[in-house]
Amino acid sequence: MSRSATVIRTFRTFIIGMIIDIARALAIASFAAAAQAAPYVPENDATVLERLPVRPGDSVARELRRLRAGLARDPRDLEVALRLAERYFELAGAEGDPRYIGYAQAALKPWWDLPDAPAGARVMRAIVKQYSHDFSGALRDLEAATREDPKNALAWSWRAAIHMVQADYAAARADCEALRGIETELGAVGCMAYVDGTTGKAAAAHRALAAALARDSSASSTTKVWVLTRLAEMSLRQGDAKKSEEHFRAALGLDVRDQFLLAAWADFLLDQGRPSEVMAQLRDWVRSDILLLRLALAEKALGAPAAKEHIQALKARFDAAALRGDKLHLQEEARFNLHLLGQKEKALALAEENWKSQREPRDARVLLEAALATNDPSAAKEAFDWLERSGHEDPHLRQTAEKLKTLKR
Amino acid sequence: MRALLALLLALAAPLALAHKPSDSYLGIRVEGASVSGQWDIALRDLEFAIGLDDSGDGDVTWGEVRAHHTDIAAYSLARLKLRSGGADCSARATAFLVDDHSDGAYSVMRFVASCPAEVTTLEIGYSLFADLDPQHKGLLRLEHGPATRTAIFSPERATQSFELEEISALTQFFDYGREGVWHIWIGFDHILFLLSLLLPAVLVFEGGRWRPVARFPPAFWEVFKIVTSFTVAHSITLSLAALGVIALPSRLVESAIAISVLLAALNNVFPMVHGRRWMVAFAFGLIHGFGFASVLKDLGLPQGTLLVALVGFNLGVELGQLAIVSAFLPATYWLRASWFYRRLVFVGGSLAIVAIAAIWLAERAFNLKIISA
Repeated sequence: MSRSATVIRTFRTFIIGMIIDIARALAIASFAAAAQAAPYVPENDATVLERLPVRPGDSVARELRRLRAGLARDPRDLEVALRLAERYFELAGAEGDPRYIGYAQAALKPWWDLPDAPAGARVMRAIVKQYSHDFSGALRDLEAATREDPKNALAWSWRAAIHMVQADYAAARADCEALRGIETELGAVGCMAYVDGTTGKAAAAHRALAAALARDSSASSTTKVWVLTRLAEMSLRQGDAKKSEEHFRAALGLDVRDQFLLAAWADFLLDQGRPSEVMAQLRDWVRSDILLLRLALAEKALGAPAAKEHIQALKARFDAAALRGDKLHLQEEARFNLHLLGQKEKALALAEENWKSQREPRDARVLLEAALATNDPSAAKEAFDWLERSGHEDPHLRQTAEKLKTLKR
Repeated sequence: MRALLALLLALAAPLALAHKPSDSYLGIRVEGASVSGQWDIALRDLEFAIGLDDSGDGDVTWGEVRAHHTDIAAYSLARLKLRSGGADCSARATAFLVDDHSDGAYSVMRFVASCPAEVTTLEIGYSLFADLDPQHKGLLRLEHGPATRTAIFSPERATQSFELEEISALTQFFDYGREGVWHIWIGFDHILFLLSLLLPAVLVFEGGRWRPVARFPPAFWEVFKIVTSFTVAHSITLSLAALGVIALPSRLVESAIAISVLLAALNNVFPMVHGRRWMVAFAFGLIHGFGFASVLKDLGLPQGTLLVALVGFNLGVELGQLAIVSAFLPATYWLRASWFYRRLVFVGGSLAIVAIAAIWLAERAFNLKIISA
């Protein structure tokens, strides 16, 4: 390159840089008085910077410490490693914090790359893998585990769960079938009802699951919350909002910290046009992305001033995920773009990408809604096919699909 | 019931990543043989790794974090290997702060490292939390001259090498020039000083009161004299300080700059010096030059091409100044006769500058914190 070309190029970079600087200086000047997002030294020692989800003195924390100490003494103690991993999965479920999945993976380190790991380790490894959406890797481990230990209920349950995410209902049914006899009645029935409830047999699934719950007096609160949430969904698919709300309220009354229940309940309220109740329920859940999304949707529906700040916070979190190269939030991100930013094309692209790996009713819904918003019925072809094939009953999904079909003509 | 619990977790799995996973943000800047950096690490992660919540109440306070700064530096820097030309560049922490990211509070650690020779290829080995959380990632932002690039570290990609493009003197000249422009624009004290001197340029003090000037040329030459003498003065001290001929304590310099702003603005409301404002600009310009020099020092002065950086930075300051003046003068000339300008902008503005400068002075001279800047 000639010298003059270099000078011109450098000069151009300089001018562009200066223009960017003008914008930055103006932005800084206008925010100079307000709090800046810049590193700072806190005012005094008593300033609380972070609230930990688990206090060191809690019984959960004590047990974790005990298990970790055990594993530190002997990292190859499979029993302790599995117990520790399990505790972390429970915490991940309750808090929704993916850090615990990483901690579980660390506990499994000696078995992580072992081709012939014992069944128990394989199952735990599969759970970690499916959290990062490595479904095929997870299924390979689970299949090997069930081959080695056909009575491993945990492995069959996870197989069913992953097959459900992939919309492979025949395989999921076979997995639930295998649970019969090795799992409690409520467990086996719950598995099958989940498949049936998704594939056009919501009424029968609801009857079977409700009866199994009534028969089981020993079910824990967490289990009951799960069953009641499923019953609520099944009622809704039958178009019975009143019954659905009864199930939701029963689940909420059990006082279990469960963000999936809250997310499903919030979606129910939003669909019913009751955003103010969502705001009241989720006010203290801003740390959870999925619940913050629902909260922001409710605030936007009500025109509440907090909506703007929460939309910004969500945007920052999706940007941060993009920075680390994650594609695990696609369904939520699609919803966020569609309903909160009004970026329909982007929402559709995200919903399509999401559908490649995840095919649950929620995923179909955002794909249909994004296709409707962009007047692009062909984009939702796979969702139409899925509705056809599964026989899924949800009235809202069916209506959205019908609207899209009329656009076609 | 174990399996049903698993099913419950599994069927909710697509929802499960309700939080941002664990990341750290690592910013590294390379200048010659020296490396400077800023590392933001989540307090949640540090708590898990080394324990921060000494009181055990579930709240991590600044006091608890502060008590662990040595541990944080030792733990994290042991897991960051910087290498250049086959030799280690050992790093040490220089400052600790806090920042809020979208998912909570982070410890911010600034550090410096020196490599044996000018860095042409930087090898970074990152193993923070690799043993505790294999899903943790380090998000790197590497700056070298005008070039910035990003990379992601994970246990699978723990060591990465970065070839640094050679920076020409020309690039460096423009680079420092830009810093100069940038500094004058965000350096509110310099702008306010200049404005205090420029506000009366479109007015004349006659018979005990300010009147608008009749024609543009006198106003223009007045501004020209002020800006030129300010420039000449601060160029002198900037060069002397940057070359290490004179050194003044920064608290003194910063306080004196605040005084200069205070006096210049006060002079508009209660005129004492008029007619020879260029001399005021020159005298105080000498002090502002020391202020610019401390910025230039913070940027890191390249040995060998010190002069290029110095001239580039200084010209950048002038350019930034010129941009402000060329926007300012036509506007004030146009408005000079209005009540809005003479009362609100001139008197009100000067008083506002007096107030701000007084607060700065108090803050700088007595090390108080009144307004956060």
